[in-house]
Amino acid sequence: MEGIYMKRRDFLKTASVAVALGLEGIALPDRDAGASIWETFFQKHFREMTQAEKEEVVKKLETDYKKRFGKDIKVKANGPLPNVLYGYGLDLTRCVGCRRCVYACVTENNLSRNPQIQYISVLRFKSGEKWVDDLEDADKYYNPDVVPEPGHFYMPVQCQQCEKPACTKVCPTQATWKEPDGIVVVDYNWCIGCRYCMAACPYGARKFNWAQPTIPVEQINPQTHYLGNRFKHRGCVEKCTFCIQRVRENPGRYPACVEICPVGARKFGNLLDEKSEIRLLIETKRVFRLKEHLNTNPKFYYFFSL
Amino acid sequence: MKRLVGCIVYALVVVTILLAAHRLRAEPGTPAPEQKQQTPQNTQQVPKTASEQADAEHHATIPKYFTTRPPFSEGIFPCTTCHAGLKPDKTRRELYFHTEISLKHAAKQRWCLDCHDSENRDRLRLANGDHVTFEESYMLCGQCHGNVFREWKKGIHGKRTGLWNSDKPGDKVYLLCVNCHNPHSPQFKPIKPLPLPVRPNEITNIKGTSTVEIEGHKLYIPVYGK
Ligand code: SF4
Ligand code: SF4
Repeated sequence: MEGIYMKRRDFLKTASVAVALGLEGIALPDRDAGASIWETFFQKHFREMTQAEKEEVVKKLETDYKKRFGKDIKVKANGPLPNVLYGYGLDLTRCVGCRRCVYACVTENNLSRNPQIQYISVLRFKSGEKWVDDLEDADKYYNPDVVPEPGHFYMPVQCQQCEKPACTKVCPTQATWKEPDGIVVVDYNWCIGCRYCMAACPYGARKFNWAQPTIPVEQINPQTHYLGNRFKHRGCVEKCTFCIQRVRENPGRYPACVEICPVGARKFGNLLDEKSEIRLLIETKRVFRLKEHLNTNPKFYYFFSL
Repeated sequence: MKRLVGCIVYALVVVTILLAAHRLRAEPGTPAPEQKQQTPQNTQQVPKTASEQADAEHHATIPKYFTTRPPFSEGIFPCTTCHAGLKPDKTRRELYFHTEISLKHAAKQRWCLDCHDSENRDRLRLANGDHVTFEESYMLCGQCHGNVFREWKKGIHGKRTGLWNSDKPGDKVYLLCVNCHNPHSPQFKPIKPLPLPVRPNEITNIKGTSTVEIEGHKLYIPVYGK
């Protein structure tokens, strides 16, 4: 494993050559940036940090946030639970397309309000329309007075937490990877914003901060995780983590989207526990995974209950 | 040399076949997984009749996650407050009270007292004449909706909230059928969707946020300009 990690410094050397060659897009700190910003810039990769180093980084973040928002914000950096592989189910027979999951997610994960970042896209299809492979034709801007609309069905799409993620393979700084519990995460500090992962992901699950993300202070969720819903900055990519800050606890809460869905279309559990609702549904329902032929092996199962 | 290789390959094939045959024979002989002893959950009360016994066994299959109550209209329960003094009338007719109820649930095949017990309105009545409380109304629904009932018990139908990896009562909240489906008119009513995402050509049109409260959760939604 060791060999494949690139030292950030080495990468920057290559990068500066790239800049010299006219490739843009690597945001270096401003010339007058303070020492602490440079320290953050040269921060170790999360997976190479010792426990003590992680704690130090987390403490620094908490102090920074306190200064920035005048509010106590907790940042966790705890590791995966043993014998857990998260899996998700979504009942397409039930979903009514109400978009409550979208905003439960925005609220829980401190997603930027302006510019707008949303991890979940609810797609609308006409009944009988070609779909599944052709998500391009789907309508995510539907806006009727009430849902569900006759003659339509809805399919929410978010990160599928692939077992063989296409996104992590292409990252030049290894800023994104799959955790042992199956969650694909991003170390925002290591993301250089090249957006290769966005091009690689077949599900449009990754979002880019084109400008500095903003969120009204009183709307901040103060329970955060380093690899999850802590604050992002301009120029980094982010994505759904199954609410890592909630689910990676024992006991831990259900993801926000599961909790809000008014029709109970969303299911969540441990794929390694044969009595979990996710296992029972995979065994007894007609399930499918999106774009299966791409061999990304998602842990997100769509199913029909009727 | 060639012959030697041939011999080795032959020997390997024979050994593999023998091993496979051995495995095949061995498999049916493996001991069956131990049957778990079914222990009745209600130990403090010994059920008397056979049907009560059957009910108790059935109840043992219900996950113990409930922390929700049936969604009674305010001030309606206990029903006996009014009904104790009223003579039960089983005829199908227009009601003078409970006018907010419009029966849209196989209305041709049933009427009030098929499900509500005529002798004691504080409980429900099953098709076999047994009684259940309003907290156990799933027993009533499960009579017709057997496969939904089965899936609900596994957590495939319905909604679980709270703590995903704790089965302690109260940690995981598990709704009753009637928390989502009005038993008199069970189909879901259409609802207003939350705002659409901003279109790429309107990204400068986000004017702020507003708050909506949904089932006790505060959600922040965008406000767009005209
Ligand atoms: S859905 Fe996309 S972002 Fe999520 S793990 Fe798969 S490839 Fe990566
Ligand atoms: S909250 Fe549930 S019903 Fe509404 S769009 Fe999301 S998955 Fe569909």
